[in-house]
Amino acid sequence: MPLDPSFAGRTYPPTEPYLVGREKIREFAAAIGAADGPFVDAEAAKALGYPDVIAPPTFAMAVASSASQRVFDDPELGLDFSRVVHGDQRFAYQRPIRAGDRLVTTCTIEEIMSRAGHDFLTTRADVTTEDGEAVLSAWSRLVVRAADHGDGA
Amino acid sequence: MGPDVRPGQQLEPRTYRVTRADLVRYAGASGDFNPIHWSDRVATGVGLPGVIAHGMYTMALGSRAVASWVGDPGAFVEYGVRFTRPVVVPDDDAGAEVVVAGAVRSIEDGLAQIDLTVTAEGEKVLAQARATVRLPAAPA
Repeated sequence: MPLDPSFAGRTYPPTEPYLVGREKIREFAAAIGAADGPFVDAEAAKALGYPDVIAPPTFAMAVASSASQRVFDDPELGLDFSRVVHGDQRFAYQRPIRAGDRLVTTCTIEEIMSRAGHDFLTTRADVTTEDGEAVLSAWSRLVVRAADHGDGA
Repeated sequence: MGPDVRPGQQLEPRTYRVTRADLVRYAGASGDFNPIHWSDRVATGVGLPGVIAHGMYTMALGSRAVASWVGDPGAFVEYGVRFTRPVVVPDDDAGAEVVVAGAVRSIEDGLAQIDLTVTAEGEKVLAQARATVRLPAAPA
């Protein structure tokens, strides 16, 4: 069943604060092969003008994912995650995420469209500090592939 | 990439190696435990040639290249990609090789737009891959 386009514009409740720790940043940086410089060394971060170690740009996804999960798990939306492919990803940054941040994410469904049997779902996650300072926004476009027909898959 | 950066400038390609161990590590660090990124059984069961890298892993490699060109991984203003082709990561010590090339598209108000060309085995794996970064201020 195609996704209901009337869900576009729906905003989900904000997440509990995500406390960004130095060691989580180090772990993520190591996983992408970049455990050096301002990701792990506070002095290197300060030399670039940041108050503490900063996170790699795509770490934003790890922070925002719990908010997106609320959309994906919404039983009313009825997304079949086994057929989902990540189509596009875009970030707009006010500043890098850094250790010590307490981040709150609010997720909104921006667009739902269907084409050739596939559904396209675009979500926007707005990440702010607990005090309301905007940090970044993340747009994810998911492609829900058409259900297979008659091949038993 | 210094203050003398100019539109059309080609940025030195960066090559990254991705192994199964990297994907396991990334799954843990990112919280994305989709088994198509670590189980051949599941990956081939959904029609993939084998285990593939997380799209966000490939996107992260693109960001590493940009950070190395700009000299500041916190300089990103925008970063977007379209995932067009999976990076298949074989279960061996060599893994897969991802090459990130870049060209400066435009420069305006201290911001550089960089177009990225990201390939694996000679095939483009991302489309419309572009980063906008704040350039370091010119020395006074």
